[in-house]
Amino acid sequence: MAKKTYIKAITEGIDIALAEDPKTLVFGEDVGKNGGVFRATNGLQKKYGADRVFSTPLAESGILGMSIGLAVTGWRPVPEIQFSGFIFEALDSIVAQMSRIRFQYNGTKNAPITIRTPYGGGTHTAELHGDDFENFFVGVPGLRVVTPSSAYDAKGLIISAIENNDPVVFLENLRLYRSVKGEVPDDKYTVPLDKANVVQEGKDVTIIAYGGEVSEAQKAAEKLAKDNISAEIIDLRSLYPLDTDTIFESVKKTHHVVIVQ
Amino acid sequence: MAEAKAVDFAKIKAEEGAAFAKPVRILDNDGKVVNKDLMANFTDDQLVDLMKKMVWERALHEQTMSFSQQGRLGFYAPTWGEEASEMGTASAFKKQDFLFPAYRDLPQLIQHGATVAQMYLWSKGHVKGNLFDARALRPQIIIGAQMVEMAGAALGIKKNKEKDTVAYAYTGEGGSSQGDTYEGMNFAGAFQSPAVFIIQNNGWAISYPRKKQTHAQTIAQKGVAAGIPAVQVDGMDVLACYEVAKEAREFAAAGNGPVLIETLTYRFGAHSSAGDDPSRYRTKEEEKPWFDKDPLIRLRKYLTEKGLWSEDEEKKYADECKDDFKKAMKEADAVEPEKVTDMLKRTFEVPTPDIKEQIKKYEAKESK
Ligand SMILES: Cc1ncc(C[n+]2csc(CCOP(=O)(O)OP(=O)(O)O)c2C)c(N)n1
Ligand SMILES: [Mg+2]
Repeated sequence: MAKKTYIKAITEGIDIALAEDPKTLVFGEDVGKNGGVFRATNGLQKKYGADRVFSTPLAESGILGMSIGLAVTGWRPVPEIQFSGFIFEALDSIVAQMSRIRFQYNGTKNAPITIRTPYGGGTHTAELHGDDFENFFVGVPGLRVVTPSSAYDAKGLIISAIENNDPVVFLENLRLYRSVKGEVPDDKYTVPLDKANVVQEGKDVTIIAYGGEVSEAQKAAEKLAKDNISAEIIDLRSLYPLDTDTIFESVKKTHHVVIVQ
Repeated sequence: MAEAKAVDFAKIKAEEGAAFAKPVRILDNDGKVVNKDLMANFTDDQLVDLMKKMVWERALHEQTMSFSQQGRLGFYAPTWGEEASEMGTASAFKKQDFLFPAYRDLPQLIQHGATVAQMYLWSKGHVKGNLFDARALRPQIIIGAQMVEMAGAALGIKKNKEKDTVAYAYTGEGGSSQGDTYEGMNFAGAFQSPAVFIIQNNGWAISYPRKKQTHAQTIAQKGVAAGIPAVQVDGMDVLACYEVAKEAREFAAAGNGPVLIETLTYRFGAHSSAGDDPSRYRTKEEEKPWFDKDPLIRLRKYLTEKGLWSEDEEKKYADECKDDFKKAMKEADAVEPEKVTDMLKRTFEVPTPDIKEQIKKYEAKESK
């Protein structure tokens, strides 16, 4: 199996979603011809045409507001917000609008929107280009929040997110885009949206992490092992809802928890 | 017989905006005067001063790019090609005016009182980069935010009954698509506050071209919906930019309400120093006519013909400027990096209990 970067895995996942469902639309600032400022959508406009993969004028509330209108006319939008620091321009669309549609219409309408956006520090970006803003989205009823920590999960999770019929904030860890590589099958596979992953089993302490912190937790676990402390690492993958079954099961065993954020 | 129609939408669509597509211009590409009356407003000293400011800005760009390539800076948005638009407009404002710049407007902020060293510190993400002695906020990263914030400052200035004072803000033609920009103009219009909105239309928003950004024929016409007067100006003609900004400022400062200016300019190079490659989205052929409009060429030609300027003088002045920028970089490099406790201490006026604890922890680490 070929080793692929985290960002390549995301591109492949979006590619599969576009191929499988002609209603899938991919758009955002610089997303079309340029393939996004990080090239996450590189080549997709060429492959699927500018009707389905396109750049938009510069307006985040326009991008996410329009996503809702597209959703209620039968489309499956996959909008990109160039950096998560710019998402606040569109917070109304996320928190007060799309997350409530299913609830407001008793399930007769829904908003199958996957908002992709890079987040996280460690890459020497300008202000508001490297923040961890996931807490703003966690706990909004009707809104899923996921973030992959590996290339494998990135592809499987983006496909699940796009196929899911509710809105999902799909957070892409900026530092991992090109620094992380892993085995990624060429074909379609999915990773469940609300299932945490036990990255490593252990018996003395549970380390709960996600996104860019999972590899940090692994480094810490190696150090602990030298002191004969066996750490279990849980990668949440889904920040909302939380997979409490996996967490509780682990803590019952280890009786100690460290949360890495 | 054809059915009678109340409205000719096609005609309206075709003609809307035409009134604004007449950029004010004083010098043409070749340095020939196309508006003698306006040219008469300028003294020789003023003309040389505007030339020097553009040479200064270009030198600043070249030197800053070189620092950036050496990895000595953080984020930098190149200003190459936009010297007339930036220096022409900026020169029209006064010390008491309140500036709201965006990330590409460091040169205007320096003209308004910040130092080059402070702007380098800003690029490096150091708080001292924000502590300039100028009535201005730091360069805005969130596109559009400055436009609506500036409307608030203009209202504040009005409520303070400050005489001969305006607020002014810059964004790009991309930024004109943000709701914030329209909201800012609408609020300034509704409150008739002394605001000057400047939209530098440099043809591109990263990879997205002006013609796709909006179907409006001009950006200037966006002022109509807010009920504010607007004008398009040749953004490669520093004299026209200065003249228009000066008149806009006078109009707003006199209590007549806000004004919108669209400068027609061009981003000669990449969007940012972070590795954007323009050849992915535009061709050399598209760029060519804009390079012919280089704002330095036309004023240089005009001044040289009048014996007020020479290539030697220009080279000497640019070199002097670059020496200053090198000193500024040294000055910025000599500033001590911020400590974690510095950042923690300025989060609240009175640190919260958890932050107090963190300060204690980091103080212990930092004193080691
Ligand atoms: C709210 C927000 N959205 C997106 C960005 C990312 N971004 C930075 S510059 C830019 C293009 C801006 O184009 P324009 O307004 O024309 O200004 P220019 O850069 O051309 O001066 C984009 C999309 C941002 N900084 N802020
Ligand atoms: Mg622009």
